Amino acid sequence: MTQAFELTVNGRRVRIETHPDTSLLHALRNELGLKGPRFGCGLGLCGACFVQMDGKVVASCDTPMWSAEGRTVVTVEGLEPGEGLHRVQQALLDEQAAQCGFCVSGIIVNAATLLDTNPDADEEAIVEALDRNLCRCGVQRRVVRAVMKARCEGPCHVTPEDAS
Amino acid sequence: MTVQREIVAAPALPKDLAANPVLSRWVTVHSGGTIDVRVGKVELGQGILTALAQIAAEELGVDLEQVRMPPANTAHGPNEGQTSGSMSIIHSGPAVRAACAQVRARFTAEAARRWDVDPDLVTVRQGLFSCGERAVSYGELAGVVDLDVAADPGGPLTSGDRSVLVGMSAARLDLPDKIAGRPRYIHDLALPGQLSGRVLRPPSPGARLLRVDESRLADLDVRLVRDGSFIGVVGADEAEAMRAVQVLRDATTWEESDSLPDEDDLSAFLRSGPHETIEVLTPEGPEPEGRTIRATYSRPFLAHGSMAPSCGIARWNDDGTLSVWSHSQGIHGLRAAIAQALDMDAERIEVEHAENAGCYGHNGADDAAFDAVLLARDVPGLPVQVQWSRQDELAWSPLASAMTADVRAVVGESGSVSSWRYDVWSQGHTSRPGYLGVPGLLAGAHLERPWSYPAPGDPPAVVGAGTVRNGVPIYDFPDRGVTGHRLLETPIRTSAMRALGAYMNVFAIESFMDELALATGADPLEYRLRHLGDARGRSVLEAAARSAGWGNPAEEGVGLGLGFARYKDKGAYCAVVAEVEAESDIRLRRLTIAVDVGRVVNPDGVRNQIEGGATQAASWTLKERVRFDRRRITSDDWESYPILRFSEAPEVSVEIVETPGTPSLGAGEAAQGPTAAAIANAVAAAIGVRVRDLPLTADAVVAAIEAAED
Ligand code: FES
Ligand code: FES
Repeated sequence: MTQAFELTVNGRRVRIETHPDTSLLHALRNELGLKGPRFGCGLGLCGACFVQMDGKVVASCDTPMWSAEGRTVVTVEGLEPGEGLHRVQQALLDEQAAQCGFCVSGIIVNAATLLDTNPDADEEAIVEALDRNLCRCGVQRRVVRAVMKARCEGPCHVTPEDAS
Repeated sequence: MTVQREIVAAPALPKDLAANPVLSRWVTVHSGGTIDVRVGKVELGQGILTALAQIAAEELGVDLEQVRMPPANTAHGPNEGQTSGSMSIIHSGPAVRAACAQVRARFTAEAARRWDVDPDLVTVRQGLFSCGERAVSYGELAGVVDLDVAADPGGPLTSGDRSVLVGMSAARLDLPDKIAGRPRYIHDLALPGQLSGRVLRPPSPGARLLRVDESRLADLDVRLVRDGSFIGVVGADEAEAMRAVQVLRDATTWEESDSLPDEDDLSAFLRSGPHETIEVLTPEGPEPEGRTIRATYSRPFLAHGSMAPSCGIARWNDDGTLSVWSHSQGIHGLRAAIAQALDMDAERIEVEHAENAGCYGHNGADDAAFDAVLLARDVPGLPVQVQWSRQDELAWSPLASAMTADVRAVVGESGSVSSWRYDVWSQGHTSRPGYLGVPGLLAGAHLERPWSYPAPGDPPAVVGAGTVRNGVPIYDFPDRGVTGHRLLETPIRTSAMRALGAYMNVFAIESFMDELALATGADPLEYRLRHLGDARGRSVLEAAARSAGWGNPAEEGVGLGLGFARYKDKGAYCAVVAEVEAESDIRLRRLTIAVDVGRVVNPDGVRNQIEGGATQAASWTLKERVRFDRRRITSDDWESYPILRFSEAPEVSVEIVETPGTPSLGAGEAAQGPTAAAIANAVAAAIGVRVRDLPLTADAVVAAIEAAED
């Protein structure tokens, strides 16, 4: 029942043999060893598995392989083409905007996609975009602050009011 | 340098070190210079390993980067029991401190011996021992200093060296991996030969498996495993195993029955016994004459809702031993429970901790590990990784108990409380593996020879109790009675979740304090302070009120509310002021928090824990309720069990109030109860209506308004 699928993942052409109903998430994690997209619900409801597909943010758990054929996929591991971290990742690290960190892969993909398409996104736009991502540890406000910082070119004026 | 000796002479080793005295259990110095510090506490997303690494580095006299914290393991590390109850820094902190101080002393002695100088003349900085021109590193001495020795009860408990490390906001050691999306969690482990396992849980708690039509699985490349009503599959491909479980759902026939209570009348369920009566404070005499005010509060069952469904890995080795990887909070307890369930020698089982998403108590971690053990039995020599579904995680993990409480106070002429009576009803708050004399692992109840699952118990009072945790108000009331009523028969599996009974008890006590203040025409802050002699408590309350602008005129439709407690009566102090905007909907705008957590190891870590705890508590308070019909739990995804979203998350500010010279207290569970009460009090302040039954949804507010109009 398996079938071959060709797609571009993080800039690389790949060929994956799997059942057409296998989710993109499981193909990425198990066939390509990309563990950055996480399994949180498998129902498209939490955002832990978010990846970019043709530039749009999708739930990879909810994307069967038959619909991923020929597409261009970017995971959290591939957001920054070179070495190092995407500026959203760096900002999250600087702000220590994570506790368990399980939700952050999907949050990063979502926020990075937003800023890459709309570098001036304001707080409202950031919150609206991230409303599709759940976080149980309660780091939402830290994440929003971090993403707002990531937005700034040069010196940044977003200062958390409770900064230490 | 001679000062050290005087500071450190102390009579006894810290408890966890005394129980695991051999230094090499805790510390290994590698010749390359890296120092492994093993602890029995586990990383649950709370940053505990970073805080303990800071302490270790400070005591050893090395940079943080030189310290590595390997995962806890039953065979190689110290046994420090559970990682729970905000006790990690309290228990493990002093043990790590003393173990590392003694390691440092032994290395110092060796350097001194080499150079033939007095050890007091040897200093340690950044991992380098020196005396005059001479210097030698930890790594260079590693081969000669023997750490296979017991800690010396007369030896140092600290080096007395206060570097800048402790008290500094060190960046979390685990976050770079997590933010880069690297493999880090138990889900990401890929051991050689690893297979995927999936379990088909029964359709309802009381269900019994009658028949399986195995022919339906013929086309699927999986192996079927069955033991009584426990049924699952193992296969090489995870996606195939997932499909197989879908097929199996339709290929099985079950006998089911109604066993659950009425979700709309939990109060009656909780109050109709049998109960264990827990007398916490027995009043000395009858209540005095005076104006009596009373109220009843409740909260529903809650789910842990960790972002990652539980996962476990097990491998039966060729020599008959069993290896298990789990994100359990208590790997030693899990090992004992597996041994008991399978009637095998615990010595033959090794459990290693592997990180997972945030853990807020006894969730499905241990159960998933046992699932893996059962499935792996059929494929000896190969590791099986069992991944739970989101639905199973929400419906089958232990829940946090619903609770209800009656409070009654008599107030005197001045409005002050002259008598206080508190009764709380709840299921027990722990059924951790092994706790009730049985393994307590979910699948155990479904086996051909099943293990019973007794009603959950409560931790003993010395570790903070369960149902009555924080049941005693911190205020100086002259006459007090506090009684808990723990339900002894129940079909619902509950266990420990962050703060246990404290969330409900503080919600009730602090809501009622506001009701008393309002009924007697007092300001809620003044009313609390009037009854509060505890100086640390007063400063925390005043600090939160000050930062929140307490007493300033509020905008129309906006209310401020206060909530305060000292967690477990001897832990962290926490005061929360909630700012709520209530018009067509309830909008929690802001939480202004002050805490006193004693000595602070990592200030940003404490802030992060308090912010997270308060935000999660806001979610419980505003949105959450486990739903069920008479047969099964029906809230099994994020639509039927909604939690707080980005657009609903309040701004949280945390002020740390330090009381110099006080020991460190855990921070992870201090904010939950105060946050709930602060929100409810703020809603009451904003719209003049009090909601006493959680969650505080828009529907609940409408119902409260209607009830008030009747
Ligand atoms: S795992 Fe894909 S949205 Fe939750
Ligand atoms: S940091 Fe744990 S779920 Fe978001």
